[in-house]
Amino acid sequence: MAERFLSKMQMDALQEIGNIGMGHAATSLSELLDSRIDMGVPQANFIPFDKVIEIIGGYEELVSCVSLNLGGDVKGIVFFIFDEASTYRLVDMLTGRDDSSTTALDEIATSTINEIGNILTGAFVSAISNLTELRINTSVPIFAFDMLAAVFTSLMLETGRPIEDSVLTIETQLFKDDKEVRGYFFLLAETESISRLFATLGLEP
Amino acid sequence: MELARNADDIHVGIGEYRVVANPGRLVTLGLGSCVGIGMWDPVAKIGGLLHIMLPNSKEFTKLNKVEKYADLGIPMMYQEMLGLGASRYRLTAKLVGGAQMFSGLDKNQLFNIGERNVKSSRLLLKDLNIAITGEDVGGNRGRTMYLDVYSGQVLIRTLGKDIKVL
Repeated sequence: MAERFLSKMQMDALQEIGNIGMGHAATSLSELLDSRIDMGVPQANFIPFDKVIEIIGGYEELVSCVSLNLGGDVKGIVFFIFDEASTYRLVDMLTGRDDSSTTALDEIATSTINEIGNILTGAFVSAISNLTELRINTSVPIFAFDMLAAVFTSLMLETGRPIEDSVLTIETQLFKDDKEVRGYFFLLAETESISRLFATLGLEP
Repeated sequence: MELARNADDIHVGIGEYRVVANPGRLVTLGLGSCVGIGMWDPVAKIGGLLHIMLPNSKEFTKLNKVEKYADLGIPMMYQEMLGLGASRYRLTAKLVGGAQMFSGLDKNQLFNIGERNVKSSRLLLKDLNIAITGEDVGGNRGRTMYLDVYSGQVLIRTLGKDIKVL
């Protein structure tokens, strides 16, 4: 997938997958919170590995990351990265705590983030699965909360992803009232899986 | 203690190395399962810092950026330091990183790269007869590593903790 060049049609298809996936994710979150959730227009992009860190923030920025392995017709990983403020905000929302009361991750907060990451990625994956009629299985999540560069690089290495790959990123914002949760969704799939995705959508692989 | 950020710091990217003669301070940001290998000659005051990502290039068929593998990066930096006037008899090394950043129920997803990076680095340094004079490895936290080329001191930043000195 290194230096992959995509046609406009292929980029549009990925953008559409992003829209639908994020729509499902926002709906899941809305049901969970029993409250209205708005979302920004997701921005889908294929970007090289070394640009990912720059896009999210600084190398030492504190972030949370939830990742799931994909199996079945699409092989790869999906993961969500939230910045520090968004991580705490999500915990406040989901545990019903007062705004700005979470300032560190205790055990409850950690499992809350794990669960929400799991739900959002799950919603996203099922959207892709429905759209393409491909069968995609997900594993249980793994989790980290630390320096961005350490987290992202380790995830690529620990899951055996070739770091020369380009990464499909979908930048997204979710809002509850005026509170913003900034998250980045990433899908890293093997070349054949991406080709299969395009093929099921009637595009040249 | 907060560590002052210095505009003159020489940054070592992920999977890269830099060698400098005194004065100077080398830094590599956000080591997770990666390992930072600092090498230093106390007399010539020459320092090198390498940020390796993987233990062994022989497990891969296609290589780019050869420095990112411990077995290729360590000898490359070593040779460059000798070329600048460092002595093979005086060089010492310090290792930082090799953490397991992720937790979760399904440990089978993880390759334990951090631990393998540390083991491989130790072996390669031993082959070159370079003594390891300090280590801060393992655990589950990300680390930023500084090497002061004048004093040989290594400083380690971990989020939410005091600076550690090696």
